[in-house]
Parts: sequence; C-alpha cells; structure tokens
Amino acid sequence: MDKKKHHLKFGSSLSYAPAPETTPVPLKKQYELFINGEFVAPQSGSYFNSVNPATGKRLARIAKAEESDINLAVKSARRAYEKVWGPMPPAERGKYLFRIARIIQEKARELAILESMDGGKPIKESRDVDLPLVAAHFFYYAGWADKLKYAFPGKDPRPLGVAGQVIPWNFPLLMAAWKIAPALACGNTVVLKPAETTSITAMHLAEIFQDAGLPPGVVNIVSGAGETGAALVEHDDVDKIAFTGSTAVGKRIAQSVAGTPKKLTLELGGKAANIVFDDCTIDQAVEGVINGIYFNQGHVCCAGSRLLIQESIHDDFVARLSRRIETLRVGDPLDKNTDIGAINSKAQLKRITELVKTGEEEGAELHTSSCRIPEEGFWHRPSFFTGVTSSHRVAREEIFGPVLSIMTFRTPAEAVSLANDTCYGLSAGIWTDKGSKIFSIADQLKAGVIWANTFNKFDPTSPFGGYKESGFGREGGVQGLSAYLS
Amino acid sequence: MSFVLNYPVPRIDQVGLEERAASFKKRSIKNEAKAVGLKMAVSMMDLTTLEGADTKGKVSRLCRKARQPMAKRYDCPPCGAVCVYPNQVAHAVEELDGSSIPVASVATGFPSGQYPLKLRLADVKDAVQSGAQEIDMVISRGNFLEGRLAEVSDEISAVKEACGKAHLKVIFETGELQTYDNVRLVSQLAIEAGGDFIKTSTGKVSPAATLPVTLVMLETVRDHFLKTGKRIGVKPAGGIRTAKEALQFLVMVKETLGDDWLTPDLFRFGASSLLGDVELQLAKLIDGNYQSADYFSKS
Repeated sequence: MDKKKHHLKFGSSLSYAPAPETTPVPLKKQYELFINGEFVAPQSGSYFNSVNPATGKRLARIAKAEESDINLAVKSARRAYEKVWGPMPPAERGKYLFRIARIIQEKARELAILESMDGGKPIKESRDVDLPLVAAHFFYYAGWADKLKYAFPGKDPRPLGVAGQVIPWNFPLLMAAWKIAPALACGNTVVLKPAETTSITAMHLAEIFQDAGLPPGVVNIVSGAGETGAALVEHDDVDKIAFTGSTAVGKRIAQSVAGTPKKLTLELGGKAANIVFDDCTIDQAVEGVINGIYFNQGHVCCAGSRLLIQESIHDDFVARLSRRIETLRVGDPLDKNTDIGAINSKAQLKRITELVKTGEEEGAELHTSSCRIPEEGFWHRPSFFTGVTSSHRVAREEIFGPVLSIMTFRTPAEAVSLANDTCYGLSAGIWTDKGSKIFSIADQLKAGVIWANTFNKFDPTSPFGGYKESGFGREGGVQGLSAYLS
Repeated sequence: MSFVLNYPVPRIDQVGLEERAASFKKRSIKNEAKAVGLKMAVSMMDLTTLEGADTKGKVSRLCRKARQPMAKRYDCPPCGAVCVYPNQVAHAVEELDGSSIPVASVATGFPSGQYPLKLRLADVKDAVQSGAQEIDMVISRGNFLEGRLAEVSDEISAVKEACGKAHLKVIFETGELQTYDNVRLVSQLAIEAGGDFIKTSTGKVSPAATLPVTLVMLETVRDHFLKTGKRIGVKPAGGIRTAKEALQFLVMVKETLGDDWLTPDLFRFGASSLLGDVELQLAKLIDGNYQSADYFSKS
C-alpha cells in the first residue's frame, strides 16, 4: 500500500463570484414598541442599537421597554383576551392565523434578508429553513384552532389567559412563531419580548399582524434586554411564561415563577451527542455532523456539539471532517454561497473564544479551517477539538458557536454512557446503517429529540423539548398545544 | 469463491446522499465565474452522436463543431473529444486531423453489453485500430446484478488490455443498477480493474447522469486517490441538457475533489445537446440580455 499522504487541493479554480442578495428591504431607522395594535414610543424615551454582526455597524435604533411599558402591554393583552380573542369562535381565530401565515409567505424574501442582516445567519438558511418553517408553524397551528377538543378528547381545553414569552436571538422569527402560533390558536393573548440583538424582524412580524387585521392587543411586542424580560416574567397579571434561551436565565425565571400560579415552559441549552458507529454510512455521517454543528454558526440549542466516534473509525472520520471544513464558505451572510455567517454579537464571540481557549489549555487539540474571515464584524472559523475528555469544559458547557468537541468510544454501552454524561438532554444523533441498533440506542438516550442518520430536522408537527437542564414542556405538535391550555 | 476488493466499499444512505447532492444546486454561479465555468464545461464535453442513422456527413459536422464549438467572439475552447460508434471512428479521426481533439468510441457491444466477451474485445480492438484514443466500454449489468463480480472485473481488465494505449472509460448504466450501494461497489471495482475513467450511462437508459449518482462516483474516486495517489476521471453522460445543470456538476466536482479534477483530463460531460444552451448563456453574459433560442444552433 502507498504510504505517502495525498491531498486534495481546494483552491481558486472556478472560484465563485460574489452573489449577494440584492432585493431591497424596508429597513427602518428606528423601531418602536408594538402595544395594543399600534407602534408606540417607549415611555422613558430610551432606545438601544441593533448591530449588523457582519459589519459591527448599527442597523437601527430599537425602543427599550421598561416596567411602565410592560404594564401597558400586559393590560392590553388582558383586555384583548377578555373582550375579543377569548370569546371569539375558535374557527375565526384560525382564520387570522391562516391569514398571517399567508402574508409571511408573501413577504418571506424580505423577512429572510432582514433576519440575515440583523442576526448574521447565511441567507441560504434564513431563506430555505427559517422562513418556510415560520409560515409552516402558523399554518399548522391555524388548523388546530377549532379542533382543540379533538386534540384532548374527554377534556374541555381552555386557554390560560395572557402569555409572556421571551425568545432568543438564534432563530428570531422562528422562535416568535413557535411561541405565538400555538398560544393564539389556543385562545391566549401574548406579550412577546424578542432578544436584545435581534428585534427587527419581530417588529416586521408586528406589521404583518396589523396587515392581517389581528385585533389590537392580541399580540404585543416589547423590545429590550434582560430587565425588560424580567419585568415581563415578574408581572402579576401574566398567566403563563414561555422562555427559550440559556439555562442560567431559565433557572432565574423558574425561581421567580415558583410560588405563583403562573404556568411555565422552558426550552434551554444543550450539549447534544452525535454518536457515529463504525457501521455508519460514512460520507453521509460527515455531512450530518457538519450540519449538526455548523448550521447557523452553531447558534443552535440542539446543535450536535459533542461528537462521539467509534474508535475504529476515528482517524478516518476526523480526516474527512478536516477536508470538509475546508470547503465551508465563511463570510457575508447575504451572499447566496455563504455556508457560515457572522457570530451574532461581540459578547457571544467573546464567550466562544474564551471557551476555545480553555479547550486548548485543558489539553484538547484544536483543528480549524484555513479560510479567511472578514476584518470587520464578528466571525469564528469552523473548528473542532480532538482528544477531548468528558471533564473538559468544551465537553460540558454549551459553546453555542461553530466548535465541535470530539471524543471516542469502544462499545455501544460506552457510547450511551458518554452521551448521557451531561447536565443537558435536548437532542442527540445516531449514525448507523443498522435499524435495530438505532432503536436500541435511542431507547437508552436521555434526550428530548433524537435524530437517526440525519440531524437538525424540524417540523411543526413534531414536539421539541428537553430533559434535565435543557428544560421542560414541549413545543410543536399536539404536545405543543397543552402548554397553552388548562 | 467470493470476490474481494483491495479497498473498502462504504455503504450509502440514500436520503443523506441526495440531500448533499441537492445542496450543490444552491450555489449561485454568476458573471465571470459563470463564463469561466461554461467554457470549462465546453472543454470537457465529449460531443457525441450515437445513432443508427449516423452518417459520414453527420460525423463531419460534429467534428467541425468540436474544433470550433461556437462563434469566435465567445473565445471558447474546443471540445474535449468526439464520441462515435466504431464504424465512424476512422472518418472522425480523419476529420479531426491536425487538432488535439481525441476520438472516443463506444465499444463492447454498446449499449447493452449483451454479447460474448470474444466479440466485445474484438469490438474494442477494432475501434483502437481505427484510431480511437478513448474507449467507452459498457459493463455486463447482467453479470453484476447476478453477483458475478469477478467476471465483471475480469472483463474490464481484458478490455483495458485490448485498449493498449487508449484510455478506458467504464460505463455502468447506473439507471439499470438502481441503488447507490451498487454504484459505489461497481465504481470501486472498475477502478481496481483498471478503468481510467468511470462513466454513468450510455445515454440510452433513463435516468442517466444524476447529481447523486455522480457524487457517489466522485467520492469513490476521492477515497481512492487519498489512499493510492491515483487520479481517476469521471464522466456523467446522458440527460445533461442545460448550462445550469453543467455548472452544478462542476460545483460538485470542485467541492468534492478540488481543483485538480477541473480539467478535461479528469472530468468529462457526455452530451449531445448541451452546447446550444451554453452558447445562449455565454451570449447573455456578453450582450447583457437573453436572445431567442432560435438564434443558436441545436445540432
């Protein structure tokens, strides 16, 4: 056998010309709060900047909601719940949701562009993943609005009242859809707080609610940072809190809600194991691992951030991953050929960089794509660690960036114990060509969502949620309805 | 006795493979990249005529077209080869005299391959003697599907020997092998048996050259190169009719095998009607707007 090393050359032959998305978008200079069906200035008159992470420059000024604004928003939601939305025949509520879904489809392109500008995700993903799923969620839950008693036979499902919803910055519109669609279908009204760094598309969604003729107060959107979210969570007149975000904040919310009659669902962090057996279909497994960790720059709570490879194929698999990350294109989120966009914020980039540093200090070996990254803005090259052990911080803590931690296992039992050796339990992946093995392993994994021979597949009909510190409650599917009904 | 290959043949997951292949369609190839890609595609084109009705006149026209595929203003390179039936080889060689364009000939009882080995080898030798520099052989799909892999392998080796100095392209007729696992297996088998190129289809069976089938072949070639350093060529043939599809194949080659394979020595298109659309697209790049397809030659 030839012992010489042979290399593929991924160079400049047939290099792709820039292919920026150029559709004009209605970006505003300043965004207000959306309360009682109208855009209103915050009572304090204070605003903060939303930054384009690909340039580091300001995109727009965003209204900062404080306690008095939250009071108004909750009051308007309460009024809408009691006077309009609650008493409305369910089939009528469904019609509004269908209308909203259709308008989202019509405006999908401009929303996708705004999402990429504000959040840094590649246009390929916002266009082909986020926006289609946003519309699909509204369509799906629109269909449930007048069929709730069939979803829960023998019960008399009733709405909870006013839902306070706090969402993260990684899938701004999609998380808004996950929260708003089931809440409204079940007859609740909503006060939504988008993440501080990604409020813009939520405000465009508010315009869609206006266009759809949604009665004032049914959905209110209050932008702001942590204090705004806390004010909403702690508000006495909110019946339900739904939060997606970090485990640390989730714990604080659980503490503040404890002892109140508020219902709570939490969708928090993850450190998913992607388990690759030696009988996997190797090239497809490589693609799945790439998608699992580098999709949306790794800003995914269910990202497959721990790769467990069977020892016998470790070297081959790592070599394939190394070659593959060389062909990932990092850069302008609005370029249609970009695979990996900008890190959402300076703060997040700092956290990723710090954790990567600990990985190196603790003895893991860092492998990084040799790609060039832009000088301005926030970027991180697609990377992975080999030689990781379960005690390394990069194996235990959620990095929430394009950084994968690779460990090995010898037997299926060891794979399961490594996979479950975490405080999280949101998702997992299994890669084997053997059907029976998929079921036996899936049975033993403590994770809310398990993908087999694929990863990061989402569908509104499928429930999503975690075990342990990844939270509780389910979003999506019939199960997602019960979080908004009593 | 069971047949053993020197290198492993990994299994393929259909869903994952097709998803990956479809991802190459999302690449946006515009402006100068598009012009470079289209001209590259022409230089890789085996301009083909494989009909019972082929005449000297038709072959002559094809050869002239291969020398100068389109008007001078496009500054387009000549085609990669001219591909004809054995009976037309001598005439094509004569027509291409003075150019560096090789004549490729289908052989081994093309397209079915259902002839005795003796006749199939004679077919190859005859084509080579007439001046063919490339031989496109078809494997016995019957033998392959019956599991008689050793016979398929021996046949390829025998044909390779009969080729002498001529390059051997091994056609699988992937539309008849059906599964991606079969395509991966036959690709490795053909490479180990001595094929210089592996080729999807005869163009007589549908489906012919699809992106996922070609991806399986590219990945086999990649893995073989990384293990042995040997560079094998790939030729999707049949069903590629638009410039856009041709670019998608090139994107897939670029991102799977890298720069070294973006050359007519290692990648070819078997196509008879692709050229017209490529010309139309090049005209658009120069003139700024699309013209009626009626302004471009179709044959």
